[in-house]
Amino acid sequence: MNLLSQEVPISWYLLLSAILFSLGVVGFLIKRNLITVFMSIELMLNAVNLSFVTFAHEWHAVKGQIFVFFVMMVAAAEAAVGLAIIIAVFRARATLAVDRIDLMKL
Amino acid sequence: MNGTLNLWLIPLLPFAGFLLNGIVGSRLPKWLVTTIALLTPLAAFGVVLNAARSVFGAGAAIASLPYIEICPMGWINAGTLHINFSFVLDQLSLVMLLVVTGVGFLIHIYSVGYMAHEDGYARYFSYLNLFLFFMTVLVLAGNALLMFVGWEGVGLASYLLIGFYFKKDSAANAGKKAFIVNRIGDFGFLIGMFLLLATFGTLTFSEIAAKLTANPAWQGGILTTIALCLLLGATGKSAQLPLYIWLPDAMEGPTPVSALIHAATMVTAGVYMIARTHVLFNHSPFALGVVAVIGAATALFAATIGLVQNDIKRVLAYSTISQLGYMFLGCGVAAYSAAIFHLMTHAFFKALLFLAAGSVIHAVGGEQDMRKMGGLRKKLPITFWTMTAAVFAIAGFPPLAAFYSKDAILYAAYLQGPGGMALWFVGVVTALLTSLYMFRLWYMTFMGESRSPEVHPHESPWSMLGPLVILALLSIGGGWIGIERFGAFLAPATGLKVEAGTPHLELMLSGVAVAVALLGWLIADRLYRQKPAEPAQMAAALPGAYKVLANKYYVDEMYGATVVKPLLGFSRYVLGWVVDVGLLGGLTWLLASMAVFAGAVLQRWQSGNLRSYAAWLAAGAAAVLLFVLYGGWPASMELILKVAGR
Repeated sequence: MNLLSQEVPISWYLLLSAILFSLGVVGFLIKRNLITVFMSIELMLNAVNLSFVTFAHEWHAVKGQIFVFFVMMVAAAEAAVGLAIIIAVFRARATLAVDRIDLMKL
Repeated sequence: MNGTLNLWLIPLLPFAGFLLNGIVGSRLPKWLVTTIALLTPLAAFGVVLNAARSVFGAGAAIASLPYIEICPMGWINAGTLHINFSFVLDQLSLVMLLVVTGVGFLIHIYSVGYMAHEDGYARYFSYLNLFLFFMTVLVLAGNALLMFVGWEGVGLASYLLIGFYFKKDSAANAGKKAFIVNRIGDFGFLIGMFLLLATFGTLTFSEIAAKLTANPAWQGGILTTIALCLLLGATGKSAQLPLYIWLPDAMEGPTPVSALIHAATMVTAGVYMIARTHVLFNHSPFALGVVAVIGAATALFAATIGLVQNDIKRVLAYSTISQLGYMFLGCGVAAYSAAIFHLMTHAFFKALLFLAAGSVIHAVGGEQDMRKMGGLRKKLPITFWTMTAAVFAIAGFPPLAAFYSKDAILYAAYLQGPGGMALWFVGVVTALLTSLYMFRLWYMTFMGESRSPEVHPHESPWSMLGPLVILALLSIGGGWIGIERFGAFLAPATGLKVEAGTPHLELMLSGVAVAVALLGWLIADRLYRQKPAEPAQMAAALPGAYKVLANKYYVDEMYGATVVKPLLGFSRYVLGWVVDVGLLGGLTWLLASMAVFAGAVLQRWQSGNLRSYAAWLAAGAAAVLLFVLYGGWPASMELILKVAGR
C-alpha cells in the first residue's frame, strides 16, 4: 500500500516545496551574512528536489529522481567551491557582510 | 577558316609579365626582372608577326580578313544583349598591333638602360607591361565595351606611370590631372556606347557597320549625337581641344613612358577609335566636320604654344598634340587611311624624338631646360644623328616619313572644297610652325656652344642607342610604303577614299609643304644660330603675345577659374561642411550620444551589490514565470497592473 499517496495529497508536498523555495529566496535577498546567503541557496535547491521527487512519485517516472541525484551532486560541488571562496573572501576582507563586498562596480 | 592565330596570347603575354614583375619582381634579381619584362612584349610581337605572316605570307593559313577570335565563355548575356570577349584582326588592327608591340618592345629595351639606376625598377616594368596588355586589348577589341576596358586600362597605366616618381608632388598631381581629365572624355564614350546600344541593340563594331551600310539614307540625327559623344571620348584620350591640358603635364613621367604612352601609342587611341567606327562618322557629315575643325584647330593651337616652351619634353608634348591634330584632321575629311598612316609614321619619329630627348636628358644629368644645353652634337654623336633624322622627318622633308603621311592628310583636306582649303591652309601654317619649333629645339640642344660648361655629358649605353638607331631607320624609311599602297591595304577595314585630284595638284601641294618646311628651318637658323639675341628682342617687342603663348593661352588658369574652383568650392562648402560635417557628422554624433546616454542610465544597475543583483534576478525570473503562465504580453501586463493597482 502506498502510504504517501493515500494519506497526504500531492498539493501539500508542492506547497511545502514552494514555501521552502520562497524562504530561500527571501533569505537570499535579506540576509547580510555570506554563509546564510549560501545556506539559502541550498534551501532553494532542496525545495526544487522535493518537487522533483513528488512528481517522480506521482507519475511513476524515475527520471525525476535521477535528476535529484544530479542536483545533489552539483550542490555538493558548489558547496565545496563556494565555501572555499567564502574562506578566501574572509581572509582577504575580514568580513562576510555581502553589502561590503561590492568592488565589482563601475 | 583553317588554322588559328592565338590572338589571345598578344594581350595575355604582357599581362603575365605584369603579374610576375608586379607581385614578386621586387624580390627577384635584376637580370630576371629585365628578362621577364623584355621577353613578354617580344613574344607578343612574335605572335603579331606570325599573324601577319599567316595572313599575307606565302601559303597563307588564314584565307580572309577580318579574322575573329571569340572566347567560348560568354561575357554578358542579358536578354537580347550578348557581349563576348571577341578579338578582331583586320588590316587596321594589324597595323596598330605592329606599331604597339614593335615600338613598345623597342622602348622596353631603351628603358633597361634609362631606368638602370632608378628605384622601383620592377614596378616600372610591370606597369609598362600592364600598359601593353590594355593597349592590345583596346586594339583587338571586336566590340565597344571590350574596347572601353582597354581604354580605361591604358588610362590607369598612364596614371600609374605619370605618377611613377610619386614622391614628387608635381608628378602625383600630373597623374591625377591626366586621370580626371580623361574621365570627362570617358563620360562621352560611355554615353556614346549607351546610345549605340539603344539605337542598334549591339555593341559589336561589325554588326553596327553592317546595319549602317544596309541603310545608306540614314544620316545625322541620333548618329550625329553618338558620333559627337565618341568624339568627346577621343578628344580626352588623344589630347585634343578642349581636353588636351593633361598631356603637357604628363611629361612628369619617365621619358620612355612619354615616348611609348604619351606619344606613340596610347594617345593615338582616339584616332584609332574614330577609324574603327568610321562607318558611323561617315553617316554624319556634321560630326566629321567637327572632327576636322577640332583637329586643325588643335594642330595650330598646340604648335604656337610649342614655339616658346623651353623644356625639351614640353616642346615635344605640344608637338604631339599638334600632330594628333593632323590625324584628327585626316579622320575629319574621311581620309582614315591617311590618318592611320600618319599615326604609324608619327609613332616612329615621335618615339624617336622622345627617346633621343631622354638620351640627352640622361646625358646632362636630368636637365630638361634647353636654355642650359647647347653644343651637344660633339658629345652625343649618335643621339645627335638620330635626333636629326627625326627632326627632318617631323618637319616634313622628303623622302622622310612624315612628308608622305602629312602630305596625304593635307591633300585629302584640300580636296574637300572651300572649307577643306581653309583646313589645308591651317595645316600648312602648322607645318611651318612645326618646322620652326623643331629646328629651334635642334639648334638650342645640339648646335652652338654648351651653355652649361660645368656639365660633362656622356653618350648613353647601347641599350638606349640601339632602339634610337632602329627608330631612326623607320623614321627615314617608314613613308616609302606610300599612301596609295597603304590606302589600298587598309581599304577593307577603313574604306577607300576616292580621290578627285590630279597628280599635278598633288605635286604642287607637296611643293608648298616642302617650301614651308624649308622656310621654318631658315627662320630657326636665323633666330637660333645666326642671331641668338633676336628671339629675346622679339619677345620684348611683343610682350603681350609672348606672355599669352608662354602661359599657354591661360587655358589652365581658365579651367581653374571656371571648372576647378567652383567644383572645389562646392565640394568644400556644400559637400564638405553641409553634407559631411553637418548631415553625416550630425547623424553620427546623435547615435553616439544616444549610446552615451543609455550607458549613463544603465550603469546605475552595475552597483556591485550582490543582493541588488539577486533581487533583479528574482524579479526577472518572476517576470518570465508570469509571462509563461499567463501567455503573452497583454495577460502578463494585466496581472502586473492588477498587483500594482492593489
